[in-house]
Amino acid sequence: MKAFHLRVNGERKSVTVDPSTPLLWVLREELHMTGTKYGCGIGACGACAVHLGGLATRSCLVPVSLIGDRDVVTIEAMSHDAVGRIVQNAWVDKDVVQCGYCQSGQIMSVVALLKSNRAPSDTNIEESLGGNLCRCGTYVRIREAVKSAATKLA
Amino acid sequence: MNRRAFFRVSAAAAGGVLVSMYFDLPPLAQEKAAITYPPDAFVHVRPDGRIVITINRCELGQGVATALSMILADEMDAAWSQVVAELAPAADIYKDPVYGFQNTGGSATIANSFRQYRELGARTRAMLIATAADRWHVSPADCRAATSIVHGPAGQLARYGELADDAARRAIPAKVALKTASEFRIIGKPTRRLDSRAKCDGSQKFGIDLQLPGMLIAVVARPPVFGGRVKAFDDHEARAVPGIRDVFEIPLVHGSGIAVVADRFWTAKQARDRLKIDWDLSGIEHADSSELSKRYKDLARTAGKVAVNTGDATALDRVAMENRIVAEYEFPYLAHTPMEPLNATVRFDGDRAEAWVGSQFPTYDRAAVADVLALKPEQVDFHIEFAGGGFGRRQSFDSNVSREAAAIAKRMRGTPVKLIWTREDDVQGGYYRPMFVHRVEAGIGDDGLPVAWRHVVVGQSYVIGSPFESFLVKNGVDFDAVTGTADMPYSVPNVNITVHHPKVNVPASQWRSIGSTHNAFVVETLIDELATHANADPIAYRLKLLKPEAQRLRAALALLEQKSGWRNNLPPGHALGIACNQYQGTAVATAAEVSVENKRARIHRVTVALHCGLAVNPLSIESQFQGGIIFGLTQIVAKGAITLKNGRVEQRNFDGFAPPYIGDAPVTIDVHIVPSDEAPTGAGEPPVPVIAPAAVNALFRLTGTRYRTLPLVAAL
Repeated sequence: MKAFHLRVNGERKSVTVDPSTPLLWVLREELHMTGTKYGCGIGACGACAVHLGGLATRSCLVPVSLIGDRDVVTIEAMSHDAVGRIVQNAWVDKDVVQCGYCQSGQIMSVVALLKSNRAPSDTNIEESLGGNLCRCGTYVRIREAVKSAATKLA
Repeated sequence: MNRRAFFRVSAAAAGGVLVSMYFDLPPLAQEKAAITYPPDAFVHVRPDGRIVITINRCELGQGVATALSMILADEMDAAWSQVVAELAPAADIYKDPVYGFQNTGGSATIANSFRQYRELGARTRAMLIATAADRWHVSPADCRAATSIVHGPAGQLARYGELADDAARRAIPAKVALKTASEFRIIGKPTRRLDSRAKCDGSQKFGIDLQLPGMLIAVVARPPVFGGRVKAFDDHEARAVPGIRDVFEIPLVHGSGIAVVADRFWTAKQARDRLKIDWDLSGIEHADSSELSKRYKDLARTAGKVAVNTGDATALDRVAMENRIVAEYEFPYLAHTPMEPLNATVRFDGDRAEAWVGSQFPTYDRAAVADVLALKPEQVDFHIEFAGGGFGRRQSFDSNVSREAAAIAKRMRGTPVKLIWTREDDVQGGYYRPMFVHRVEAGIGDDGLPVAWRHVVVGQSYVIGSPFESFLVKNGVDFDAVTGTADMPYSVPNVNITVHHPKVNVPASQWRSIGSTHNAFVVETLIDELATHANADPIAYRLKLLKPEAQRLRAALALLEQKSGWRNNLPPGHALGIACNQYQGTAVATAAEVSVENKRARIHRVTVALHCGLAVNPLSIESQFQGGIIFGLTQIVAKGAITLKNGRVEQRNFDGFAPPYIGDAPVTIDVHIVPSDEAPTGAGEPPVPVIAPAAVNALFRLTGTRYRTLPLVAAL
């Protein structure tokens, strides 16, 4: 067990855990931030996507010991993020969600995409969301919502 | 209505007629009791005007929390903006009014609870109006209600929130008038989900997110072959992991396993990886997909138990060989893999227990927890959690997940323990859509229409031996296995469908749209072959061949024909595939535009036309159909199969079993609903079966090959 000092959504957090513990489980079980989801544990579904140092990252694959001083940003911060709020509103407007379990990860991936590319093509969307699995199959509405959010940002 | 009233009415109901429905008759065989559902158990009008509607189903993503709320709120004349939906716990009063047990499955929520929720809304409204009328000393007939306000004859106004407490003390009216379709204000209007915002900001809690004081986490090491048992185990290294609370053997429904209980999931998983277990795998079948394939194909050449026999079973023998199509089909095991991994939390207190499960099957899951803990079902407070998808996996007939959680809680008495299945546990853990082989011989008449249809279906029955056997199995034929074939909508004069149900040591269960996943594939690809043979348009051929009573399918196909004009203007290299199917009363017709890209099928566009009776929430139906089409693609994507070798499942996670991702999904799926005032039927499962046959029918036009083995593993 070892102490780690993180900055999560702009706040300082300290946790004492095994250094191998993935960021996902630090968020969920130490910090009780359950918006970030466990889906596969091998980086194959994207339900655990967060922003690490500004990049969309699979939190199930990153041990807490490798985070260092990089900022961690999760779905819980998106309501207060200019792009995040626009994406959430587009999601609600297009009635995207079904079970909703994958949508934290979808939204984190989309916000990262739109922060680097405000006019994504279908190919850009497929590349950025290509690893975000949605078992309910909300992909058609996700595409519509991404394009709608992009229009609002333009 | 307040909570006191709720408990009073619930207590009365528990002592009355409902309790006698509990398990003392085979499920579904019960007569439909004429029950007046007490509004108090379903509607809570808060003093601040908020209207909390209790949902007697699990919200799995299919939108029932919104749809049932719409139905009740409409008849209640509630202000929609004030409506909040809450999931009911397991209780007699929340049983499906037709089935007699509490469940979420069979696309039955709207079909079975439409009238129930309308009557609840109408009764609540009548009680609120009567309360206001008494206050104003006027006749209720002279009052009216709109958007949570009762209006009196002299312009008086009373908000529902002010009337609720008094209204709850009134007798429940025995008879109430329901609205006519033209009076609906919420039903039939495209309505956004109530749970969207919470599912977009991370605040929606699912079962796996549950946090209770003192709660521990458990994972279970399961045998490498179904039914294997722990012979011996060494937990020395596992117990050395800091945070481990206990390691012990538990019984599983199939064999036994080792439970690891810890403070945290990561700790429990690390400790599980350090267990050394000696498994006893003797005396159990080591199922093997390639061996099963051979065995099933041999069986398919012999007649099985008769599911359908109409006309003359020997008619086929009189059709010349060149006028017959003989086709053999193979379908693999399929996992459900809902995004939220399976989980269940249980606390055992000796004479009571409490459980939290995202359950599609609360009546049986609660009884299973009680059984493991030697309690009565009513000694278990069973909470139904929001679930991250289900697709049938949270409705296993043996309640295996709840049983495991209860077995762990029994040992950890007084402590709530959350059992989490890892994704590997889920992919390798069985309860799959069974593997199937079909063999069909169709004889074609001079007019190009089929005159004889001889069909053998081979696959496991998960119903035989379950509590549902007496209802779903007749003459040894499992209804779930032949759904989509036995009720084929086409007129064929001589039909013989028989079934073999081999016993295989792989736990199987219902997968969204059950038998139609394979049966509709067989029927709809074979009909396409027949249409091609007759050189006929695939829509026109189907319309010609439909039975006269298949009115909903006829209407759906006609609407499809009208809405898929693009099919006559396809770009080079693209082809059209058509398929249709009716499931649980809902008729679906679909057109898919397909090309071959990088040696794989690429589906560009899908048009769907459907008839589900009255469309309660057209927006939700559109979503369900778009999503259900994509779920159906699980059947044809390259890694859409669970296979076994020497008893072991060959896939571990989403790397080996890969459902469709966004790149596999069509960019456009447009959904069209046949306008109707008929009684509504479901939308959750009906979209699933049609896309695989439609896509494969299109591929034939591109490659000249009929693909009869799924998934489409080989490059095209």
